[in-house]
Amino acid sequence: MSQAAAAHYTSTGLDSRKIAFWTFIGSECLLFGSLIATYLVYEGRSVSGPTTHDILNIPLTSFSTFDLLMSSLAMVLALAAVQRGDRVKARVALGVTALLGSVFLGLQAYEFTHFVREGLGFTTNLFGSTFFTLTGFHGAHVFVGVVWLTTLLVRSFQGKLGPEKALNVEIAGLYWHFVDVVWIVIFTVVYLIQTTPIAGT
Amino acid sequence: MGTTTIPHTETTAPVAPTGVWSWITTTDHKRIGVLYGVTAFIFFLLGGFEALIIRLQLGSPNNTLVSAEVYNQLFTMHGTTMVFLAIMPLSAAFFNFIIPLQIGARDVAFPRLNAFSYWVFLLAGLFINFSFVAGPLFGANGLSVAPNGGWFGYANLTSVQYSPGPNIDFWVLGLQILGIASLAAGFNFITTIINLRAPGMKLMRMPVFTWMSFVTQFLIITAFPVITIGLVFLLFDRVFGTTFYNVAAGGDVLLWQHLFWLFGHPEVYILILPAMGIVSEVLPTFSHKPLFGYAVVVYSGVLIGVVGWGVWAHHMFATGLGPIADSVFSASTMLIAVPTGVKIFNWIATMWGGRLEFKTAMLFAVGFVSMFIIGGLSGVMHASPPADLQQTDTYFVVAHFHYVLFGGAILGLFAGMYYWWPKVFGRRLREGLGKTHFWLLLIGMNLTFFPMHFSGLLGMPRRIYTYGADLGLNTFNLISTIGAVVTAVALLVFVYNIWASRHDRETEANPWNAATLEWSVSSPPPVYNFAVIPTVQSRLPLWVADGVTPATQPSVPPAPIHVPGGSHWPPLTAVGILIMGVGALLHHAFLPSLITALFGLAVTVVSIYRWAFEPFEV
Repeated sequence: MSQAAAAHYTSTGLDSRKIAFWTFIGSECLLFGSLIATYLVYEGRSVSGPTTHDILNIPLTSFSTFDLLMSSLAMVLALAAVQRGDRVKARVALGVTALLGSVFLGLQAYEFTHFVREGLGFTTNLFGSTFFTLTGFHGAHVFVGVVWLTTLLVRSFQGKLGPEKALNVEIAGLYWHFVDVVWIVIFTVVYLIQTTPIAGT
Repeated sequence: MGTTTIPHTETTAPVAPTGVWSWITTTDHKRIGVLYGVTAFIFFLLGGFEALIIRLQLGSPNNTLVSAEVYNQLFTMHGTTMVFLAIMPLSAAFFNFIIPLQIGARDVAFPRLNAFSYWVFLLAGLFINFSFVAGPLFGANGLSVAPNGGWFGYANLTSVQYSPGPNIDFWVLGLQILGIASLAAGFNFITTIINLRAPGMKLMRMPVFTWMSFVTQFLIITAFPVITIGLVFLLFDRVFGTTFYNVAAGGDVLLWQHLFWLFGHPEVYILILPAMGIVSEVLPTFSHKPLFGYAVVVYSGVLIGVVGWGVWAHHMFATGLGPIADSVFSASTMLIAVPTGVKIFNWIATMWGGRLEFKTAMLFAVGFVSMFIIGGLSGVMHASPPADLQQTDTYFVVAHFHYVLFGGAILGLFAGMYYWWPKVFGRRLREGLGKTHFWLLLIGMNLTFFPMHFSGLLGMPRRIYTYGADLGLNTFNLISTIGAVVTAVALLVFVYNIWASRHDRETEANPWNAATLEWSVSSPPPVYNFAVIPTVQSRLPLWVADGVTPATQPSVPPAPIHVPGGSHWPPLTAVGILIMGVGALLHHAFLPSLITALFGLAVTVVSIYRWAFEPFEV
């Protein structure tokens, strides 16, 4: 066996980074699972307002959700372009993905400041603590993803993101899609299915 | 410096570099294994010293050797140290050194990530223990502001209201940082075992130690995120004033217990499964017989890992979960005794009819099986909620988990040390001293922990710094204290053994005539592990003719071997994370805290980028 072949031999034929990243995603599921479970357990247990019905803006967040889903589409196109060696489309698609991620973060920043002005701070009540912690953790993940995508974009402009580096984009894509899927769950359980009783009913 | 590779010519094989810097920047799994082992053993002695003071305090009634406050710090740090800084990293030492050799790999999948895990572990361990002398920095009355809320840190003892000092902050942040090390190692070893097996090393041909370590890594990567979130909530409660564990604001202190034990019970198996793996290697070797029922032992280990996730609330029977939850968790807890019992019968059947050779490693392995049975039986006893309600929070529970963690994990780890010592260092530990060590330790631990069954059933509570003279507990406690002193002497014998044997005769590749791949390379192994990657055709490659090709490794590699050089970015990333932790620790002073944390973040980010883009070929 030649040195090169020996260096790249793996038991499964898959690149080790990809396997490791899947284990990381498995671990992240438990991280977000704990956050979401806590949110659900504490829902409706705040001793003072405001809570879900008073404050959550579903139309705005629906747009955020749409924005993030479209970024996943752009991510798929970016990977395909890098695999084909199409540098221009790769840069456009990576740029669009990062941009849509930034738009999501901007809307989240707007939502957070709006809530604070409406009287819901991080420590106002249990809803505030669980909501900001859960969505804040997700937002931090989106932020890391945007930095990652921007790094890939810079590498592309440096001419260092050819088809041989497609795995780097694929792993970033795994991360990005995972963060997107987590948002779908959060959007559903936090925004769409609100179980807190409306005051006075 | 970060990118040097070791030159290779046709006539000389690559050799390991020397010097302190080469150890700091090392990415060699064998060196990282040794670093883990040495560091963890020092923490083990520290945790043992804390236990000794606890036992001296409890040796007589109404004793005043230490105050109640110091006692709280001692039992908290004893538990935290033994779980996170001693047993887990001692297991990690074996994962590092042994797994790549057992599966026929030249290193782990991500050598730099592996180094990162070690440095994070070391710095987090120093961080937590720094609390013993950090009092003056925080304007505390005494020298020590060590964590004092127990290793389980139950809410709301850990709230700012009841623990305003930095004690709990040290604990929260230290565990948070340690979790990063464990998670990174978990991803690394799962990938290594899945992807770096030599040709022919099918999953069901893997040595049982590798198998049990594999299960352990899955428990680590699933259990640690849960405590991470529990700790995040606690940190937010303490730093920002959120109310996750504040009952007055609608929070629930049981949330902490659920999150903690969702982590904490898998953690128990994280501690014991590697030791079970070690024993499954040692018993066949010294019985000169293959492991009885290999497949069943493997499946039992997997089953323990799976069911281990569904038993956590048996730690919470006393909180009044209600009859349904009590019944379910009682049943699952009794169920998990089945695969454990299966393993024990397999170990006994391995020895049955074998040609038993009682080397020190074998004594420790047999000691493991016997002591673990005692701990397992008392464990099944408090699987029953009515019995548990009598036993909970008493010394009976202390007796139980020390039989499984000391009698189990520690004896198993010592078996591994005596077994693999010649492979790691090229010299055996001395048998006479080893047997003295074993018998003193076995007598010492039984003297210490067996009487605790009685003092516990008589009602002696845990975590109370003293007791009255007229409670009938004096004799049991005195015996326990004498046992602790005997145990300490046993450990000194072990340390002396290391010293005494350091210039002994060098050993051959396979001194015990064992069956697995790590024994096919020289002792200690060359830096590249295998001159030729073996092709495996059997579960016991060195016992079966043609089981491994070639049966022994050539002393000079027939073809050039690329050995990656070191990198200083993983330790620097670890330093960055530590600085962030220090920043969070200073949260009472806003600006210094923020500046320190941001500086730590900058160091971390820069190091990660340099790490990601440095040329490093594995």
